[in-house]
Amino acid sequence: MPYNDPSPLEVRILTRRFGLPDSASLDTYLAHDGFQGFERALKLKPEEIIEEVKLSHLRGRGGAGFPAGLKWSFVPRSSPKPKYIVANADESEPGTCKDRLLMEYDPHQLLEGMLIAALAVDAHAGYIYIRGEYRYLIEILDRAIEEARARGYLGRNILGSGFDFEVYTHTGAGAYECGEESALLESLEGKRGVPRIRPPFPAVAGAFGCPTVLNNVETFCAVPYILREGGAAFAALGTPKNGGTRLFCLSGHVNRPGVYELPMGFNLLRMIHEVGGGVWKGKKLKAVIPGGSSCPVLKAGECDLPMDYDSLARAGSMLGSGGVVVMDEDTCMVKVALRIMRFYAHESCGWCIPCREGTMWLRKLLQRFHDGGGTRADIGLIGDVAKSMLGRTFCPLGDAAAMPTISFVEKFREEFEAHLDGRPCPCERAGEAVAV
Amino acid sequence: MAELVHLTIDGRPVEAAPGTLVIDAAKKLGIEIPAFCYYEGLSLQAACRMCLVEVERAPKLLTACTLPVAEGMVVRTATPAVAQARKSMLELLLTNHPLDCPVCDKGGECELQDMAFRYGVGESRFAETKVHVPEKQFSPVVFFDAPRCILCYRCVRICNEGLGVNALGVVNRGAVSEIAPNRGDHLECDECGACIDICPVGALTSGIYRYHARPWEMEHVGTICTFCSNGCKTTLGVRGNRILRGNNRDRSGVNGEFLCIKGRYAFDFLHHPERLQSPLVRSGGELRPVSWVQALGAVAERFLEARARGGRIGVVGSNRTTNEENYFLQKFARQGLGTGSIDHRRTGDVPALLSALAGRGDALATVADLYTTKAALVVASDLAQQHPLFAFQLRANWRHHHARVYTVTRGPVREDQYSVQALRVPPGGELEAVESLAPALRKEPELVILFGGGIRGAAVQRLVAFGDSLGIPVKYVCLVDYSNSRGAFDMGLAPELLPGYQPAPNPGLTLAEMLAAPDLDVLWVVGANPLREASLAAEKAFVVVQDLFLTETAARADVVLPAASAYEKAGTVTNTCGEVQRLRPALKVMGVKSDLEIFGLLARAMRLELGGARPEPVFEEIRANVPGYGVPAAVLATGGAAQTCPAAAPEIPPRPDLVRPASDTLFTSGTLGRYSKVLSSVLEFPGELYKGAGE
Repeated sequence: MPYNDPSPLEVRILTRRFGLPDSASLDTYLAHDGFQGFERALKLKPEEIIEEVKLSHLRGRGGAGFPAGLKWSFVPRSSPKPKYIVANADESEPGTCKDRLLMEYDPHQLLEGMLIAALAVDAHAGYIYIRGEYRYLIEILDRAIEEARARGYLGRNILGSGFDFEVYTHTGAGAYECGEESALLESLEGKRGVPRIRPPFPAVAGAFGCPTVLNNVETFCAVPYILREGGAAFAALGTPKNGGTRLFCLSGHVNRPGVYELPMGFNLLRMIHEVGGGVWKGKKLKAVIPGGSSCPVLKAGECDLPMDYDSLARAGSMLGSGGVVVMDEDTCMVKVALRIMRFYAHESCGWCIPCREGTMWLRKLLQRFHDGGGTRADIGLIGDVAKSMLGRTFCPLGDAAAMPTISFVEKFREEFEAHLDGRPCPCERAGEAVAV
Repeated sequence: MAELVHLTIDGRPVEAAPGTLVIDAAKKLGIEIPAFCYYEGLSLQAACRMCLVEVERAPKLLTACTLPVAEGMVVRTATPAVAQARKSMLELLLTNHPLDCPVCDKGGECELQDMAFRYGVGESRFAETKVHVPEKQFSPVVFFDAPRCILCYRCVRICNEGLGVNALGVVNRGAVSEIAPNRGDHLECDECGACIDICPVGALTSGIYRYHARPWEMEHVGTICTFCSNGCKTTLGVRGNRILRGNNRDRSGVNGEFLCIKGRYAFDFLHHPERLQSPLVRSGGELRPVSWVQALGAVAERFLEARARGGRIGVVGSNRTTNEENYFLQKFARQGLGTGSIDHRRTGDVPALLSALAGRGDALATVADLYTTKAALVVASDLAQQHPLFAFQLRANWRHHHARVYTVTRGPVREDQYSVQALRVPPGGELEAVESLAPALRKEPELVILFGGGIRGAAVQRLVAFGDSLGIPVKYVCLVDYSNSRGAFDMGLAPELLPGYQPAPNPGLTLAEMLAAPDLDVLWVVGANPLREASLAAEKAFVVVQDLFLTETAARADVVLPAASAYEKAGTVTNTCGEVQRLRPALKVMGVKSDLEIFGLLARAMRLELGGARPEPVFEEIRANVPGYGVPAAVLATGGAAQTCPAAAPEIPPRPDLVRPASDTLFTSGTLGRYSKVLSSVLEFPGELYKGAGE
């Protein structure tokens, strides 16, 4: 995938090597501070590495925003079991496309991040679990791993330190559910990709029942900088408790869609207008999904807010995986709700009843509604069914399907009402703004 | 014992051991927390979300089936939020569930029906098209109706975890997820039907029972399976004098809810069209139907005549008849006919074990011991093939208590999946291999040794000596083959043994000797088929056979008396562990009589004074006279299993030469098994996994 033109407003930490000639090669990486974070980590005690990561206020970039340093500290270093590092590269959240760039243009940064995590928890093997659709990235990563091994940055006795670490790539088979950490581990172990009962959490019993550090690709990619420049330097880039920069995947009805690395807390409206060049075709902004399809939608009037975990939580949504989907004034919100529910109904793993049956029911209900077969009672029913899933499903997938649906019904009720009594979709005149 | 944890459920205090799940703690208070996927003994699933409860300080509802109790925890199960959650789960569950209850096998005993009635809203707001998938047949006995399935994964877990067969899994995802068999379109498995039984709805149905009856139309008769020697209780569903199904949903009996294909389905032999329903007497070289009076008269006349002239009379007893029948038969032979020539087909060397143990009754393991013992050693037996309940018990013990299981067998066995050591030996090499395990076994706190018919005579002595040398408590199970093989020995169906393993004063001929004796005058065979594998040397012998079918032996008989099967009579049987259990008659078959009744009628025709030929007085006589059988009658009367404690068999020369294990597989069972359509249909079904090598 070609990398979009960078924006002058970007703060390029993780993406700084993007666009360099042969950016995926180890030589380019080494020429631009590569493995310096690891070399510094080698001089630190494991607790000091974790302390540095804690200091950085690096929060999980997969969507949940759990502090990475805290997660690492849960791994029982003294456990006699082997420990594992797993990079979640099952980037499947609709609207999200940052990890693929990180892996395609700078795979060694990911390897270094994993290597530092391995050092911190005394792990000697790591897996990169790549979604099935990213098959081409496996070649890039395997080449990078081979290159790093050949030059002593992976394998036995890394850089003469006596530390061993191997990394393996593993492909998923095209299930969104496998982006959920415990389902990912099941799939990694060769089983059906369904979530596990937690506790125990992966830090205690993860891959193959052993303590495991499992982070998103972007999270690992931030680690080399943190070790090289210090946790405080990373934290200072963002807002309090939301350290560093973040890769935002700006998509939808903007003039310059793309992946932009911006500091945490960057204003959403500025992102749309100044980074993304504004809403396309001179139209007005209607709504934004701020962090991938699982996040409750924001109306245009709610968008003047800093993009960090806490601000979005206060606004009733989530920063999620950084997938910012912009929708113009002609977008049919019923159609968007339907499109999103189609995705979740297709991706529900089927393990628990509320998600399995709820997503299917909502998809059928929204489809009928969109086709003009809805009744006034159905509007309430859509919200009811979504609420009967919310907080009751086995894993967050059910919540991810329910939350946006509830927000669409609550925030755009008038659009649902406009579809009643067989009336055609009022937005249809604008053409297929959303392909269902 | 760790400190108990105190918590409150619905305002009532309760204490529970640490690690107890809230759903179980609530049960102690009589509070029902509904659940589909939670199933005692299987792994946790938390998929059905029916057991959501409110827990103080928890931001959302939690699943009681995965929530361990904690000190001071406050749980509420009767709040509006919980009730609403249950309602919406049921509404969601019923979206795709077809409401075909009136034609569904499960109607009337369906957990979904019960839950919808108790916790549901009564109406559905689902107005969309339901997902429909055509019904599939997985095997001769397993049908699957996907739309009815609520995906609780009980079937998958009982098969994978409980049986270790791994024949069921899930394909597809989301609302079109489906339970699927291991061979794409069909099952290759034990065909035990546990998946059908455990299914809370009518998704998995039995090829034998489906569309035959509603559960409330049947009488449910709990009796003991007549096939192998494990002594499983099977509850037969009877309507219109026909057995329609077998299961054990009330978990009573030594087997809990476990049943293999034989206990669950193979009752169909008794409805086989070749079932004898009239006595036959040979005239003009052919067996012709006659009345009972004529047939019994003919037998009595020849018996009296043979006894009067001191002729040689041989009596062959059965591995499947009741203790009462066996006891009465040996009494008939020894007292009534004056012959010591009485035997049965021996399938294991029980006397050798008892004589080696020299009266240590506490060294005999029960079925329950297999679930609790810390360690077990299986010698020369493929339990999954021949003793499926024991395989299940040991596996459950391993799953729940981490029991350490050792195997010494000729070929691969199911226990290899989890055994700590599995030794492969050539026939005869078992003892050496067992002895090589001594260092490991000495470290175990206790041990149960199960050994098959291949270990007999001196080998049993050597095995017990080995057990004694370990210095830990060791219990034994001598594995025999059929439902009352153990009882046949206990009741003295052996020329050298009186009931209770007392030495017989005048031992007569053994089974092999009877068949080989050219001057045998009378051969009386009760429920056995010795001529299947051997021939009768005495061409002129008068042969009487009591059986269900015209077997190879019955075909040679001069008089054939049609007998009742175990499911048609009362009495007791003793399993291979020595546990006595009661049979209850499930139905009557026209024209047949129980073997005990036949003995009584013959005794009367011969004017013998042998006492009343009814099960109760005969069992009282056994309790009074047979050493080890003084079991509490109340235990049996209430459907329990009472462990017998046979005295030492003093100074009996071992007869390992007479032991001939049947080498049945999961789908065969001697002559009787041939008449079960279910067993033959499964044998004909494609599949290589369970043809069985035999041990």
